[in-house]
Amino acid sequence: MADTPQSPAHQRPLSPFISIFRWPVTMAASITHRVTGVGLALGMILVAWLLIAVATGPGAYDTFMALGGSIIGRLILFGFAWAVVFHFLNGIRHLAWDVGYGFKLPTALGASFGIYVLSILGAIAIFAWGYHRAGLL
Amino acid sequence: MSIRTPFSRVQGLGSAHSGTEHFWRERASSVALIPLTAWFVYAATHLIGLSYDDAFTFLHDPVNAIAMLLFVIASVVHMTLGIQVVIEDYVHTEGSKLLLFLANKAFGWIIGVASVFAILRIAL
Repeated sequence: MADTPQSPAHQRPLSPFISIFRWPVTMAASITHRVTGVGLALGMILVAWLLIAVATGPGAYDTFMALGGSIIGRLILFGFAWAVVFHFLNGIRHLAWDVGYGFKLPTALGASFGIYVLSILGAIAIFAWGYHRAGLL
Repeated sequence: MSIRTPFSRVQGLGSAHSGTEHFWRERASSVALIPLTAWFVYAATHLIGLSYDDAFTFLHDPVNAIAMLLFVIASVVHMTLGIQVVIEDYVHTEGSKLLLFLANKAFGWIIGVASVFAILRIAL
């Protein structure tokens, strides 16, 4: 039987995937939107945990706050805060797309880049405000 | 010329037989989450460093309890819809897809019921 297109004798280039493409910031933002969305779904475990801890009593609440205040806890909460701001801002951009705005290349590039910058600043601002509220800053 | 029947066209449900309902519910919940997330960020930063009694008092307040209920419910609706799309995009084996759909729904229900129960227990 003749060689099939899949046989080594007929190696053909495969269609390029994300490992081949140059990463435009618009593509990175799109992927980040999805990744932060999945991350936020997992983050809802923390929200439910906090609410259950308050409903349970001081012991459970103190455990949650002690874990949240540890180094790893703070790193996770900072990631959570950043994901909230990124998904929030990029979600608004999705809504703008849905009504037909924001597709011009300079707008799309600028908004993608701007949302990365704003989301990091936003997460820092949330932490600074929280630390300030707690009297630590 | 289309082979679709006029009835099929007027229904507007397309090949998935569910029309744009999933898409629309995802957008509607995202619009609801704009003010609710802003409130949640305020609430979360407000809780930092609070004693148990102060945290309880904050969530015991009817306005805060209602806002937290709305935030949790809108979030669970939005995340269940969103994760379903991720599963649909990457999982193409019918068996695994069905199991993940069920797991996704179970996750949403567990997070939702647990959170709502906790909020009501604090607030009532």
